[in-house]
Amino acid sequence: MGLAVIKRYSGWSLLRGALSKHTGWSPAWREASPKPRYDVLVVGGGGHGLATAYYLAKNHGIANVAVVERGWIGGGNTGRNTTVVRSNYLYPESARLYDFSLKLYEKLSQTLNFNIMLSQRGMITVAHSRHDLESMARWANAMRMNGVDAELLSREQVRARVPALNVSKGARFPVIGGFEQARAGTARHDAVAWGYARAASALGVDIIQNCEVQSFLCDHGKTVGVQTNQGPIRADRVGIAAAGHSSVLAKLAGFRLPVTSYGLQAMVSEPVKPLLDTVVLSPATGAYVSQSDKGELVIGAGLDLFPSYAQRGSFSVMQHTTAGILEMFPSFSRLPLLRQWAGIVDVVQDSSPIIGPTPIDRLYINCGWGTGGFKAIPVGGWIFAHVLATGKNHELAEPFQLDRFITGRLIDEAAASGISH
Amino acid sequence: MMQLECPWCGLRDEPEFVCGGTTHIVRPALDASDQAWGEYLFFRDNPKGLHRERWRHSAGCGQWFNVERDTVSHEVVSVYGMSDPQP
Repeated sequence: MGLAVIKRYSGWSLLRGALSKHTGWSPAWREASPKPRYDVLVVGGGGHGLATAYYLAKNHGIANVAVVERGWIGGGNTGRNTTVVRSNYLYPESARLYDFSLKLYEKLSQTLNFNIMLSQRGMITVAHSRHDLESMARWANAMRMNGVDAELLSREQVRARVPALNVSKGARFPVIGGFEQARAGTARHDAVAWGYARAASALGVDIIQNCEVQSFLCDHGKTVGVQTNQGPIRADRVGIAAAGHSSVLAKLAGFRLPVTSYGLQAMVSEPVKPLLDTVVLSPATGAYVSQSDKGELVIGAGLDLFPSYAQRGSFSVMQHTTAGILEMFPSFSRLPLLRQWAGIVDVVQDSSPIIGPTPIDRLYINCGWGTGGFKAIPVGGWIFAHVLATGKNHELAEPFQLDRFITGRLIDEAAASGISH
Repeated sequence: MMQLECPWCGLRDEPEFVCGGTTHIVRPALDASDQAWGEYLFFRDNPKGLHRERWRHSAGCGQWFNVERDTVSHEVVSVYGMSDPQP
């Protein structure tokens, strides 16, 4: 049966695919080999790099763009996070940034014609003491002042929302309340990378995998391209979106960053029937958990607090995290863990990102998202594309420049970043 | 599990220690420029490979010491005193 190749996904295309015994599907994006020259070259094919390429083509009409990726797209932190999206930050600059991102996420499946499986199931941060509750009241009030949804919860409300949580008086970490961002939730992390890749590729962007940058090409102090294992590629502007490997690329280009790379661990249990329909975070136990659509409990841990580029976490952190989870959810104690892994995160002193020019002309960077890069993929791509297209910072990016580490105008989101540092 | 050789207590598990970050950072003079002061406070080499860093045996003797360690393999290459020269 000679049915046309399916380009646009819909319920109808799925039915057509079924009728043709699924022989009509084409690859979601084009494998490309490097052209000699591009208008913009993005180093790093994770969520941020792919989103940057998509918005360069979509928002700025610049489609002569390449994304070069050392491994495979979405194989770094984009495929290693715990899929949580939220915008519960403290300061106005961050609230604007992360809420813009969440709003883009809310429409992303339609925008990209790719189901990213966004589930706004809410995120509950639990309070274990009066002091926790007071700081959460401040946090929730700050969010509401910034126009972001937040609601304080009583102990009874937390118990009703999360029946599996141990809220008994005898609990080692008694729950006395909490706060919720109802618009927070989870999204399928791989789908975000694939969706942006597919949409960018359809607009003409070249996605080049297994392409490692070995050096930056310079002419009179200006960046004019990169040398890769697939040969030289010239570009008018180059952007780095490489998360934990930002310092390595910066060193190749000849500058330093206020970044330290750490391993951040996550793990999943075997799949079980639905028992948790929200994301629960306990700052005190240093652990958070949600349940995937497959039924696995997705558990996030704290950082291994020593510099590392090894994509594996320490046993001690895994032990600490599972101990915290079991204090909160005693019924999980018989569940085997299926997988455990780590991603290398780019932590800066104030837990806020850096998006803008570098000390090298025509070279730009998007880094410093640290433990929270996934939720920021849409906004990271949006504002990084803006500076790469226009040479000027997007207004959302103005406070998040590299020079804040010289002027001292830090935006300290250590608490809201949600991971113990 | 990563183990570190405390110069006073011998080989111990990593959770007994606290990493103090990059070592051999020299504090600039108090009349340093904002640039020099900012770089001193925040900017790091963050190498992928050998890194010289300070550790404290906080759950043991409480002493600080220097470690040269590979940030990819986590192999400890050498352990030396706080006032020893860089190897």
